[in-house]
Amino acid sequence: MSKPTKQIHLAAHFPGVNNTTVWSDPASGSHIDFASFVHFAQTAERGKFDFMFLAEGLRLREQGGAIYDLDVVGRPDTFTVLAALAAVTDRLGLTGTINSTFNEPYEVARQFASLDHLSDGRAAWNVVTSWDAFTGENFRRGGFLPEHQRYERAESFLAAAHTLFDSWRGDEIIADKTTGVFLSDPTAGEFSYHNDHFDISGRFNVPRSPQGRPVIFQAGDSDHGREFAAAAADAIFSRHGTLEAGQQFFADVKGRLAKYGRRHSDLLILPAATFVLGDTDAEAADMAHEVRLAQVSPATAIKFLEQLWNRDLSDHDPDGPLPSVDPVVGENTIAKGRASVRMYRDPIATANEWRAKAEAENLTTRELIIEVTGRQNFIGSPTTVAEQIDHLVQSDASDGFILVPHVTPGGLDPFVDKVVPLLQERGVFRTEYEGTTLRDHLGLAHPDRGAEPAAATG
Amino acid sequence: MALDGTGWHPASWREPDARPAEVLRAGYWTDLIGAAEHGLIDFVTIEDGLTLQSDHPFRPDDRTDRLRGRLDAVLIASRVAPTTRHIGLIPTAVTTFTEPFHISKAVATLDYVSTGRAGVRVQVSSRRDAAAHFGRRQFPDDRAALVAELFGEATDYVEVLRRLWDSWEDDAEIRDVSTGRFIDRDKLHYIDFVGPHFSVKGPSITPRPPQGQPVVAALGHVDAAYRLIATSADVGFITPHSTQEVTSLVETIAGHRPADTEPVRVFADVVVFLDDTAAGAQARRDRLDEVAGSEYVSDAEIFAGTPAQLADLVQQWHAAGASGLRLRPATLPHDLRQITDGLVPELQRRGAFRDGYDTTTLRGLLGLPRPANRYATA
Repeated sequence: MSKPTKQIHLAAHFPGVNNTTVWSDPASGSHIDFASFVHFAQTAERGKFDFMFLAEGLRLREQGGAIYDLDVVGRPDTFTVLAALAAVTDRLGLTGTINSTFNEPYEVARQFASLDHLSDGRAAWNVVTSWDAFTGENFRRGGFLPEHQRYERAESFLAAAHTLFDSWRGDEIIADKTTGVFLSDPTAGEFSYHNDHFDISGRFNVPRSPQGRPVIFQAGDSDHGREFAAAAADAIFSRHGTLEAGQQFFADVKGRLAKYGRRHSDLLILPAATFVLGDTDAEAADMAHEVRLAQVSPATAIKFLEQLWNRDLSDHDPDGPLPSVDPVVGENTIAKGRASVRMYRDPIATANEWRAKAEAENLTTRELIIEVTGRQNFIGSPTTVAEQIDHLVQSDASDGFILVPHVTPGGLDPFVDKVVPLLQERGVFRTEYEGTTLRDHLGLAHPDRGAEPAAATG
Repeated sequence: MALDGTGWHPASWREPDARPAEVLRAGYWTDLIGAAEHGLIDFVTIEDGLTLQSDHPFRPDDRTDRLRGRLDAVLIASRVAPTTRHIGLIPTAVTTFTEPFHISKAVATLDYVSTGRAGVRVQVSSRRDAAAHFGRRQFPDDRAALVAELFGEATDYVEVLRRLWDSWEDDAEIRDVSTGRFIDRDKLHYIDFVGPHFSVKGPSITPRPPQGQPVVAALGHVDAAYRLIATSADVGFITPHSTQEVTSLVETIAGHRPADTEPVRVFADVVVFLDDTAAGAQARRDRLDEVAGSEYVSDAEIFAGTPAQLADLVQQWHAAGASGLRLRPATLPHDLRQITDGLVPELQRRGAFRDGYDTTTLRGLLGLPRPANRYATA
């Protein structure tokens, strides 16, 4: 029996506060005016996307002791802008990244439950943890946690939030004007949650929302993060957008589900993916090169170099070879508020790889940076890109993609206008929304009605 | 106009036109606030709190005959913003347990999504049950010490909100392609606030909002609150019970106000039961009290009468020094309709109320100038 054709899930990442976003493009609009968010969300909904996605950063990035000024800077409050977008969309899921380090469960739970009510069941929470005292300087709580405690706290935070969401069953509000009974249960909303990280009890003040709980996303890539996702998340915002890396990640994470009594379809793998569309593949390749040049300006190339070298290289020539001096090993002190620097576990080894590549391919510093940082995932004609996406999903490299356009707010438009219809023709993407909630779009069980399939597995 | 649930009377949810089962739905709030905007109201406030509603002042109750459950007020305001064009939106934010950094960017974002109509009413919470929801804070046993602590914290909180709103100069985004710089970082500022309850480095992650600084409001009953209003707020809500008291409270606040600052816009709170006849309004009030099982009491003056009689009170209190009244409808939507369809036309006939909105920002409606940025040097 042949494998059934999978339906693709698509989401749209509002262009980020990083160099993927090309603000120098003449078509680039405001990154903060609400009109840009409206355009973006309505485009995603026109394309029948599952949801839109907002990232978060709670302190402006710095490099070399000064606020980083080469990328887009500035973003709105996640909850507030998503609640407003609920007014201008009907079906689109609304996913917000919210930190579990610099928030408290009672507050975050009431904000997500409120958003879920105000959007009629379209809220999702990408749970992330912060890593540094640098961000903590903006918050009451301040400070930071060692890495293993960050996950502990994140897991506790999510469990506490679930306790709060579940403190209302959903049938307590009677509101019978004749008998005068508003609540069927005088203890509605009672909760208590105690461990090393939280010691909270009382009554939650937001009755159960349409989805019961918001859809939970997880974005960490470590072994611990994958386990956390397998145990508790509905979807993973992953980094593995290529065939082999995607398949490996997909198999690894889905393989962890069984021990939690969960099925493959209970956890979706959705990598972030950039794209460049042209009328032909050749035209798209040319455009992709232009975009890379805009994303990695000479000044940006030097900044990337400094992030690995962990030292001031402001005098280095971006059009010359890589520096002969070695990176400074140890704690990265040059770049703050940037998660990516943690990936350079062995800076000298990475520098040597870069040098070998630059020498072999005769690349300048800037050309090298263009090659080794964030090349676009999908480059081609609409037909080519539709085929690539479908192939990756059918090959179990993912369940779909979170698309990251590089221009605000119109960067998603060509994808919706040209690629979505091709995916629909292939029969792998919806032509209309079938349900009303984000759980419906993602094929996830409602937590209040999820007992039956779980029992069937176990 | 002050919105809370189905109205301020505890039996309001049982009125024939009440929609108690819809209080958690967006359409409920867009209908009400849309109707208030149709009536040319300056702004709505939206009540909030970090506890489940309770008839007991300090702890939860187990009543099942009262409206219970609410949504986050900032998010209600934000959900309503794109469906309205002129009316000011002032949600409540509790300063006692929350992060000023988060609330600052939330209210700035409300200002963006409403294109300049955002405010925030700051409120302290001395409830131990609220503290237990966060589990991080011990309150002092001494009541006076607690009041001093909470209002001191609220003062710091508003200072941090305003500094964060100013932490980006209006023209910080330069998009200079020739140098590759998106911002002029000399126009972004650390706020470096250090206080006993929080220290905040800044700058905000959200650029300076359309109004520069959204409007800050607070309600006061005690001197510590009048000082907070005078030193930190743009708008104050007071609860006088006579014309004389309006004047004395306005003077008290003005007395605490630092010299050379724009006067506080003081609004007097009144709970209103409105009907076509005074007897009808009083009868409705009595009937609601009977349904509730006890006489309704309030911190604010309770008015039962006709829209024309209320117009008299509005004019008297305005003449006594109030910028206006913040009306708390006893029941919704009934008393809101009486305000928009009765009181407003009456005041218009008397030449005492606008015939249309002539400005697009909340500051504009209140006659408040857009504040200069404390950090701007140019």
